[in-house]
Amino acid sequence: MEGHLIPDPTNENATILLMGLRRSGKSSICKVVFHKLQPLDTLYLESTSKPTTENFRSLINLSVIELPGQLNFFEPTYDHEKLFKSIGALVYIIDSQDEYLNALTNLSMIISYIYKVNPKINVEVLIHKIDGLSEDFRLDTQRDIMQRVGDELLDLGLEGLQVSFYLTSIFDHSIYEAFSRIIQKLIYELPALENLLDLLVQYNKFEKLFLFDVNSKIYVATDSSPVDIQTYEACAEFIDVTIDLDGLYGDVKDSDESKGNPTKCISRLQNGSVLYLHQMIRGLALVGLVRLDNTDQFSMEFKNALSLIDFNVNVFKKSLEDMWKNSRL
Amino acid sequence: MSTNSRKKLLLMGRSGSGKSSMRSIIFSNYSAFDTRRLGATIDVEHSNLRFLNNMTLNLWDCGGQDVFIENFLNTSSQNPNSNNNIFKKCEVLLHVFDVESKEVNKDIEIFQRVLKNLHQFSPNVKVFILLHKMDLIQVNKRDELFKIMFDNLQKIANPFHFKLTGFATSIWDESLYKAWSSIICSLIPNISFYQQNLSKINDILNAREIILFEKTTFLVISSTDRKLITNNDELDPKRFEKISNIIKTYKQSVNKIRTNFETIILNGMNTSIYLAELTNNIFIMIVMDNQRNDDDSTAIEDENLILEDIKIARSLFEKVENV
Ligand SMILES: Nc1nc2c(ncn2[C@@H]2O[C@H](COP(=O)(O)OP(=O)(O)OP(=O)(O)O)[C@@H](O)[C@H]2O)c(=O)[nH]1
Ligand SMILES: Nc1nc2c(ncn2[C@@H]2O[C@H](COP(=O)(O)OP(=O)(O)O)[C@@H](O)[C@H]2O)c(=O)[nH]1
Ligand SMILES: [Mg+2]
Repeated sequence: MEGHLIPDPTNENATILLMGLRRSGKSSICKVVFHKLQPLDTLYLESTSKPTTENFRSLINLSVIELPGQLNFFEPTYDHEKLFKSIGALVYIIDSQDEYLNALTNLSMIISYIYKVNPKINVEVLIHKIDGLSEDFRLDTQRDIMQRVGDELLDLGLEGLQVSFYLTSIFDHSIYEAFSRIIQKLIYELPALENLLDLLVQYNKFEKLFLFDVNSKIYVATDSSPVDIQTYEACAEFIDVTIDLDGLYGDVKDSDESKGNPTKCISRLQNGSVLYLHQMIRGLALVGLVRLDNTDQFSMEFKNALSLIDFNVNVFKKSLEDMWKNSRL
Repeated sequence: MSTNSRKKLLLMGRSGSGKSSMRSIIFSNYSAFDTRRLGATIDVEHSNLRFLNNMTLNLWDCGGQDVFIENFLNTSSQNPNSNNNIFKKCEVLLHVFDVESKEVNKDIEIFQRVLKNLHQFSPNVKVFILLHKMDLIQVNKRDELFKIMFDNLQKIANPFHFKLTGFATSIWDESLYKAWSSIICSLIPNISFYQQNLSKINDILNAREIILFEKTTFLVISSTDRKLITNNDELDPKRFEKISNIIKTYKQSVNKIRTNFETIILNGMNTSIYLAELTNNIFIMIVMDNQRNDDDSTAIEDENLILEDIKIARSLFEKVENV
């Protein structure tokens, strides 16, 4: 199931850039989301004192640029202009448990600069480490930060710029949810994908369907019904069950998704639903919850219903292959 | 027809050594993380767990603070016949040691006094020791530390003629499952029946591996693999306890959407895995090698065959359970 999506190198628009003051949580986010580090283990991450860049290749390219202070960032040795021109989104991390005014100043400086070279960029602000704030305080903090950033943009005369805000923490699924939404904005084929997923849902009585990036548990698309966090978690964790069990009896890393049959896993639940996983191309997997009521799991009806789903899902997979063949991503 | 047998298991050890944590993980579906919420156990917490149809595991989680331990020991010496003497009629002692303990001598002294009482009141008790919180020890030092501590404790036990079984455990990995699995197996009187029937089934199925799990705890109670081809040696030796861990975690995950799972069928890279309820008390997991057929229909036939075989095995094992 392991596999990396390697974007077309001629198109860098899908790259996202992670920035933020020291200790805001950038490395932690990357390690947790892309390297499966346990959130608690981020306490032992070493802080770096000079600008660093790390690249992750997942569904899209991700560059993490870490800035030690707020001033020496326009260092002449580094070609920021070229970098900023080539990215699709700027993700700025603010530590909500800390005094954040410095971060806001830093953010508006970056924005005013980046806007000049790349006005189409999406600016995504993560109000991070919210696990430490009470429910009320979270909203107050969000309101305050949005207000201040808005005022700042007004002062700079940049009202047209798209800035979105997310409340995140590495200790729950909010960070995956935020990244899912950020990355989806960069996927050109998203509307087409969503359409296909809606069709699948309609034909097969799926309650919810996600197209996951297996490595990171970010979903790159989902059907149009609202995302309920518990369903997302159950689906994301079902990927782990599948990979972990499979890994015990074969060298998963050795696997090549183009060879042999795709990995499939189904689990029948007591409430009559079935968790369904089907490996797709490019490190993606389709995972969903489907209702198959009133059928004994050993019965022919159950098997027929599943075969029909498999058939439709294979059609979907074929479309995905075609789409990606012509795709820029 | 089946007579219910109660098996008393004493869970002892100093306060904070991790007794209630492991009990909650194995029997109450806690995650390792959840155990941080546990407070110190006051006196004794009893739990009764139905196990494999005709067994009840009677678990005594004994609070480890000095006042409680002294109380247990004093009651036993002053009123040996009282019902409050916890050392009577014990089947298993599970003594937990915190490997990072600052008071090793005191730990050992208490262990010794517990053994002395058991020697008197339950001479046939099986004694298991867990050297616990191993996660706090550097990986390359664990084996050596275990050996030193175990040898030391066996010496303490020798005068009482107890032969210890020891495990290095931690709630943060799967080691806990291996230890508990072997403790539970030691309590099942007809364990060899399971083994024999499992082998019989595999003569028919020719599966790479078949494993039986107790349903509530997901502890492994029996397993068999294909005898002729020994390629299972290359497999992860910790795979059984890893599976227990994976499935327990999965159980928690579907609990969040307020349900439980009934089956898992995985068509993976090299194997197909079938996990289903076998009897009211047992889950079976069958691991088959994939015949790499391009033809999907034979795969479906195989699958039907296996599901049929599970049905047949079910009636076989229901008999075993009622022996
Ligand atoms: N690092 C680590 N911590 C553990 C482990 N097992 C338990 N703990 C922690 O140890 C603490 C005490 O655990 P308890 O289970 O309450 O200890 P206890 O033995 O029941 O203590 P008493 O009830 O007072 O006898 C909890 O915070 C657990 O999270 C382990 O394997 N590793
Ligand atoms: N409470 C909490 N702490 C976090 C979170 N994310 C990161 N941290 C902590 O913040 C500290 C700094 O993180 P690090 O990733 O090194 O920051 P960086 O300098 O921006 O890369 C670490 O101690 C992390 O454990 C979060 O969501 N919640
Ligand atoms: Mg306790």
